[in-house]
Amino acid sequence: MTGKEYRTITDVKGPLVFLNKTEPVAFGEIVTLRLSNGTIKNGQVLDTSDDLVIVQVFEGTAKIDRESGVTFMGDVFKLPVSTDLVGRILDGAGRPRDGGPEIVAEEKADIIGAAINPYSRQSPHDFIQTGISAIDCCTTLVRGQKLPIFSASGLPHNDIALQIARQARLKGSDEEFIVVFCAMGITAEEYNFFRSDLERTGALENAVLFVNLADDPAVERIITPRLALTAAEYLAFEKDYHVLVIYTDMTNYCDALRQIGAAREEVPGRRGYPGYMYTDLAMLYERAGIVKGKKGSITQFPILTMPGDDITHPIPDLSGYITEGQIVISRELHQQGIYPPINVLPSLSRLMGSCIGAETTREDHKSVSDQMYAGYAQGRELRGLVAIVGEDALNERDKQLLDFSGVFEDKFLRQTRDEDRSIEETLDLCWTLMSSIDTKYLVRLDQKWIDKYHPDNKA
Amino acid sequence: MSNEGVIYRISGPVVTATGMNAAMYDVVRVGEEGLMGEVIELHGDKAVIQVYEDTSGIRPGEPVLNTQETLSVSLGPGLLTQIYDGIQRPLPTLEEKMGVFITRGVDADAFDLEKIWTFEPQVAVGDSVVGGQVIGHVQETETIVHKIMVPPTASGKVKSIESGDFNVTQTVCVLEDGTEMQMMQKWPVRTPRPYQQKYAPDTPLITGMRILDFLFPLAKGGAAGIPGPFGSGKTVTQQSLAKYSDAQLVVYIGCGERGNEMTEVLDEFPHLIDPNTGKPLMNRTVMIANTSNMPVAAREASVYTGITIAEYFRDMGYDVALMADSTSRWAEAMREISSRLEEMPGEEGYPAYLSSRIAEFYERAGRVETLNGDDGSVTVIGAVSPPGGDISEPVSQGTLRIVKVFWGLDAGLARQRHFPAINWLNSYSLYPQSLDQWFRDNIAQDFPEIRTQVSGLLQIEAELQEIVQLVGSDALPVDQQLTLEVARMIREFFLQQNGFHDVDAYCDIHLQYQMAKAILSFQESAKSAMASGALLNDVVNVPARSDLMRGRFEKGYIDSIDEMVKKMTSEIADTVEDN
Repeated sequence: MTGKEYRTITDVKGPLVFLNKTEPVAFGEIVTLRLSNGTIKNGQVLDTSDDLVIVQVFEGTAKIDRESGVTFMGDVFKLPVSTDLVGRILDGAGRPRDGGPEIVAEEKADIIGAAINPYSRQSPHDFIQTGISAIDCCTTLVRGQKLPIFSASGLPHNDIALQIARQARLKGSDEEFIVVFCAMGITAEEYNFFRSDLERTGALENAVLFVNLADDPAVERIITPRLALTAAEYLAFEKDYHVLVIYTDMTNYCDALRQIGAAREEVPGRRGYPGYMYTDLAMLYERAGIVKGKKGSITQFPILTMPGDDITHPIPDLSGYITEGQIVISRELHQQGIYPPINVLPSLSRLMGSCIGAETTREDHKSVSDQMYAGYAQGRELRGLVAIVGEDALNERDKQLLDFSGVFEDKFLRQTRDEDRSIEETLDLCWTLMSSIDTKYLVRLDQKWIDKYHPDNKA
Repeated sequence: MSNEGVIYRISGPVVTATGMNAAMYDVVRVGEEGLMGEVIELHGDKAVIQVYEDTSGIRPGEPVLNTQETLSVSLGPGLLTQIYDGIQRPLPTLEEKMGVFITRGVDADAFDLEKIWTFEPQVAVGDSVVGGQVIGHVQETETIVHKIMVPPTASGKVKSIESGDFNVTQTVCVLEDGTEMQMMQKWPVRTPRPYQQKYAPDTPLITGMRILDFLFPLAKGGAAGIPGPFGSGKTVTQQSLAKYSDAQLVVYIGCGERGNEMTEVLDEFPHLIDPNTGKPLMNRTVMIANTSNMPVAAREASVYTGITIAEYFRDMGYDVALMADSTSRWAEAMREISSRLEEMPGEEGYPAYLSSRIAEFYERAGRVETLNGDDGSVTVIGAVSPPGGDISEPVSQGTLRIVKVFWGLDAGLARQRHFPAINWLNSYSLYPQSLDQWFRDNIAQDFPEIRTQVSGLLQIEAELQEIVQLVGSDALPVDQQLTLEVARMIREFFLQQNGFHDVDAYCDIHLQYQMAKAILSFQESAKSAMASGALLNDVVNVPARSDLMRGRFEKGYIDSIDEMVKKMTSEIADTVEDN
């Protein structure tokens, strides 16, 4: 099929090129465009019929005219994969960006990726210690999980993601993750930050970077995460690595999706985003997990910035329906100077139940986490009441809870950017902090754990 | 015109074919690989097809073959314990045929066609049979007898009937007009299976969840909607229902949801024991899993596949419960297809026919007199995932207009870790009137009155809380403080239930009644003690009360609860003397 060049472009609109009178072209086929000035661009078929073919151009349609030549490559988009990918930096379309050689393919993998048969999955249950108390205790990360960070502009989500990438390991194991990092429309400054941090800690040798920056073509962002996940799947399911995929920023990805939808004059859903955005996001997020009979795993850490700090915005909303929980970053805590400013109340790890307990973390983990959470939630609620009636109107229990919410933020949440707390340290810290509350108010704690772990009894 | 046409256009899951003789909803095979699709629109010579598999790489000009059949499910012994994708392909078979990733162009029989079942006839030569009549049965699993029925459209005199070991495609009965019957039959998914008449529901579906059974009961044959934002516990609630409800059969549809969650269900169910029969839960379950990244058209079909299977078992005279998690994903699949068809959208981009499709689906629930005169029911429980938790959106509204039970999940409660996070103030059930007689006859004469008292207390609490927000609880008179204390007891002791706890996850309906009575008797004795001068603080802190509240986590609670209440009452009476 390849080789024949068509000069039958009729319309160019936004990122889309329309052309007619072609041989039968496959849906999803890869396209190269040769411009009159010699530039080569790439694209993919979005709609195909006997009369009309619509091509989405990844690098933007600047300088494309009716004289440009279009060649159909006879195949869908594939990424050359091999273990040589590890340690490399590629651009948003999978070309080397680090000045190194082209990737020599061991095989070529379809970037759309097939769905994992739910019957063939294995339930994730291995506890990952991140060294961040708020995450380890309250929204525990499990290997094979997809746990996004819901953040907003101006918040330190990148620091948190990097700290997780640096510190994440299975409890009692030195086995490190391969980090697949996927940048979509972030600034060069942010990229340099990620890169220099990975370089500084030596993690770059164990990482693959796919980078699409803010001034790179927006449409390319549609394929960048797919390339990253294809690489991740290869490394995890063919080469037995444990892979941690960090992608930032999903909001830019969704905006690119909206841009294409608008150019195709599709009927928009909420806030102009396409109606199929749920399915589209699912096709990325669902590429996390563990499958039977394979040693590797894919754990995902998507980062998204909530426009206007609004958790009901379609991007966080649809993500939350697909991912297995979320870690919510709070502007309020950030402004109080607390790092990491994780608001545990709306945060959640759906798989937490399967990975905590005597055999994996510690027997009191569930009980402690429930009590920490409940105490903080009640304490926070009381702050509103205090603002109206004053602290004197509180009874003894409420006063203790109110104080507890303060130390929760100051001692439990707060830690430095390179502080790596073990789960035992985190849980012991919880007990120390909870001991400021009278035991009779600690209703969520099992008596047997109070007897065993409460500082009053331990001594 | 022939049965074979060619592809004219491909746009995602929607393919247009020309030159083919096609009728609406015909199943077609698309392209060289024979991908399964369904005709959903006709324009002159062009047939618009939704394809149930990924269409990348398909070209215009490839052939399309019309099978002339509508999308159907296979019904017969072998259905139970299966796990299917949206178009009834068993996932274990798909794994065998294509590995852990689902690729395309693979066909799989819905169940093992070669497996031998022991058929025991129930009619004799010369008997007249009509559609729906049971001609024999097969012990399919330990707990379920699979009744073999005459297809709804056939009737006549039995010419021959077999007995013994057969597979599902062998003929077991022949009618005088020559109609041959096998144990397997097919039924088009978009057509409800016929029945004689619908009855008004009068028996509750007991779920073992206190807030549902006691406050907002659902009838067998009823329909319920569970809307809630993400993280509020829809899936956990649906799974609890699948595990513990006293339906005889359960069809669980995971429609456009998470892969890992479905895996958890798959791992867990075979090990769970049905509290009603003591046998593995899987024996009564059929599962359909079409995760969010599996083809969208198959997701659209999955709810129909599920409900047709449910209706089939209903026709045998069983009480079937169907859980669909989540119907919003189904609606979104409709929206996606509709937008590919360039249809004029209704609200929020959903097709204008959204609410009628939702209504048609829920209307397939019901308690019926089956064609053979038996009594069977399909109860439908649909989860709804409203964007941002705002139920003013079209799918929630379309659902609420048709269902009679609304279990509203609440993000605030979930955030307080109050589970099940069902909001008792805005949830409702329209069934109590028709079910009260059952509760009076089977549980206790005053069951409805106790319910009214409990929900009344919760209402009063909501009003009092508004005042507390302003002035603090210490400013209230002691009797109102007591009311708050009782309401808190209702919330923490009664409404909260730990779905992961081995004892607390399932609460017997008799025990529910006892627990509610215990709370009211606490209120009673506290009131009279305080009238005689006891202090609220002392009354609330009697040790027997916390024993009572903790008791629900222990086995045998139902036997000891009476004793605990007596002890609490006497301890409360003692607080008077202390002062």
